[in-house]
Amino acid sequence: MFLNMTILVALLLAALWTVMTRSLLRCAIGLAFTSALVAVAMFRLNSPVAAVFELSVCAGLISVLFISTITLTQPITREEMTEYVKERVKRFWYLPFIVVAAGIGLSLLHIQINLTLPAPEAQTNVRSMMWNVRQLDLLGQVIILLTGVFGIIVLFKEAEKK
Amino acid sequence: MNPALNLFWPFSIFIIVLFVIGLYCMLATFNLIRALVGLELIVKAVTLLLVLAGYINGHTALTQALVITLIVVEVVLIAVAVGVVIAIYAHNNSLDARQIRRLKG
Repeated sequence: MFLNMTILVALLLAALWTVMTRSLLRCAIGLAFTSALVAVAMFRLNSPVAAVFELSVCAGLISVLFISTITLTQPITREEMTEYVKERVKRFWYLPFIVVAAGIGLSLLHIQINLTLPAPEAQTNVRSMMWNVRQLDLLGQVIILLTGVFGIIVLFKEAEKK
Repeated sequence: MNPALNLFWPFSIFIIVLFVIGLYCMLATFNLIRALVGLELIVKAVTLLLVLAGYINGHTALTQALVITLIVVEVVLIAVAVGVVIAIYAHNNSLDARQIRRLKG
């Protein structure tokens, strides 16, 4: 339990650093660090395959995508950065109050969550679950991947024309 | 009582806070890249919640299959969104969301 709490606190600190840091590059690095900590939490929750995906794809590939975008675009100026830092606290001062009010409201609703569901015939083999039970998901993944590839090709074709 | 249940509330609270951090990041900024980072944080909170649900119910294989699908969708979304951001930058020479309020069509 102590280890889990340590991981979760580190996860929140990493997420806060990602959001509050001024530099976009540090923001991307913080996101990668957050992803790595999410992967550790997944390992702890007995989901190693998903954790490996999270670590390799989210902490690796998405960070590369973000860092490439940051290098391809012009960084924000110092004046814009100062304005952003000043405004972000001022404009959303009420957000913590809304979150606390929503929490109190939800606790007053007395929502009953049935957490004691047993798993009598739960499958533990991810491979058979992926390839035998969730075949339609795989088809959807392939379609989405192809859609993404075509989308990027169309976008960069347009950019080249201009 | 299932010992995995002890993890439910601590994890849930941290997941909700992570979600709110991502939401704040999306709301507070005008920078398009930062908005995408906020979206990523929200997706991470949802991913962690799915894994937690699977751990508690014992259906870890099913939730892992769902999480893998979610990660694939997330990557494609980010790749296309990053392409759109670069195209917007090439057009407006800025990453400020306020610059793209006047759109044709």
